[in-house]
Amino acid sequence: MNWRRWVIDTPRAPAHPFAGALLAMAGGATVTGFCYLALAGATRNWEAVWGYRAVFWKGWLLTVGIALAAMAGSLTVGVLAALARRSVILPLRGLAAGYIELVRGTPLLVLLLFFFYVVANSAGWNDRLAAGVLTLSLFSGAYIAEIVRAGIESVGASQLESARAIGLTPPQTYRFVVFPQALRHALPPLAGQFASVIKDSSLLSILGISEFTFAAQQVNSATYSTLESFLPLAVGYLALTLPVSWLSRQLEHRLRFET
Amino acid sequence: MMRIECRGIGKFFGAHRALDNLDIHAEFPHTLALIGPSGGGKSTLLRILAGLEVPDAGTVAVGATELPRDEAALRAHRARSGIVFQSFNLFPHLSAIENVRLPLEHVHRLPDAGPRALAALARFGLADHAGKKPAQLSGGQRQRVAIARALAPEPDILFMDEPTSALDPEMTAEVLDVIASLRQARQPLVLVTHEMGFARKAADAVAFIAAGRVLECRPADAFFTAPESPEAARFLGRILKY
Repeated sequence: MNWRRWVIDTPRAPAHPFAGALLAMAGGATVTGFCYLALAGATRNWEAVWGYRAVFWKGWLLTVGIALAAMAGSLTVGVLAALARRSVILPLRGLAAGYIELVRGTPLLVLLLFFFYVVANSAGWNDRLAAGVLTLSLFSGAYIAEIVRAGIESVGASQLESARAIGLTPPQTYRFVVFPQALRHALPPLAGQFASVIKDSSLLSILGISEFTFAAQQVNSATYSTLESFLPLAVGYLALTLPVSWLSRQLEHRLRFET
Repeated sequence: MMRIECRGIGKFFGAHRALDNLDIHAEFPHTLALIGPSGGGKSTLLRILAGLEVPDAGTVAVGATELPRDEAALRAHRARSGIVFQSFNLFPHLSAIENVRLPLEHVHRLPDAGPRALAALARFGLADHAGKKPAQLSGGQRQRVAIARALAPEPDILFMDEPTSALDPEMTAEVLDVIASLRQARQPLVLVTHEMGFARKAADAVAFIAAGRVLECRPADAFFTAPESPEAARFLGRILKY
């Protein structure tokens, strides 16, 4: 049998009809094997970790809260920065450009350390959680600003002209013509950025915020069981990020229109 | 009687002089056609009359009012005018009826925006297509939706910029029928067109524009029977050759 038919898939020479099923079975077997190793190993210590389930749960809930707050924050910051980037006021445009370039050129970890230990501390601000969420929002906002800007710029000049022709004001043009069309272009990268916010919230553990990753680290140091502590951690993040990408695909489908 | 009066209009795009000290005085019962060679300035003149561009020099009057120069007042002028483009320019994310309803609801703030939008679509035989997105419509249907959108607010005057240039011959006929029917409805109309046969039949007056100036502005019959300027005679000769 020709092995290529099971691996190569092109429009002219499609793969074997059962190739996808075979692949799924192989993937399933791998996961099952991994679970078997994880759960059935003689040295596994799941009972000790189970005792800390409340720590995991509270950490996960805090991560959900941080992610939701940072998504709302970064979307607000991002849209404002994108509008500022396109503003007719030159200093505002420069300010937005500077913010976007500086933040995108700096690691989040460095931003978190700098903002909390240098800026917040010298301002006498000691709320680690608020400082962490704010930093994460400002970090992600810079990326969202570029996503939103690209979305706005994808709306053609003829659309803006048509909006002027029917007598819409500039704010109405943004509301009824530009934003709905920009959203469709921006949605896939926006969903990716939201998934990044969820994942990046794990770095807030460096500030001693008892979110999900911090909780797993605590459980690990208390039970000396690395796999048992960190496997639920990975699963917990996937439980948040996979629905985000699924939801984005649904929305993308609903907003679909031809130009 | 509709009146259009321009004095000394100049319009530059960078170094390109689109309109050069243009004067026009036109009085027509329904339809004025702007014709002439490509790049001669007819679309620019239409866009200035419609309030989409502001001239660099000169004064413009449409009907009784002189056009303002500031954007807010010009927006009010555009809201009182209907504008139809060559490439339809419908909003692709909105259905046909939403396209028509948008200005009724948010510019003119009419309480009966929904029924009015539907009536405007029905007037052009589009009632069955109200819920379709522009991508699901043919070119002729799209242009009819655009005309419905422009006419639904009952504008003082309708401006059309080469409304059939993006259409095949059959759809062109379909849209020209619609435009001809506006005459019966006594809708004042200024259009830029390359359809000489249509201009001759459906327009009351014709302005011949070349090199940024109006060279002739006369009743359509008189113009097509005996153009006065040598440029217009040459233009018509070349167009009617085939």
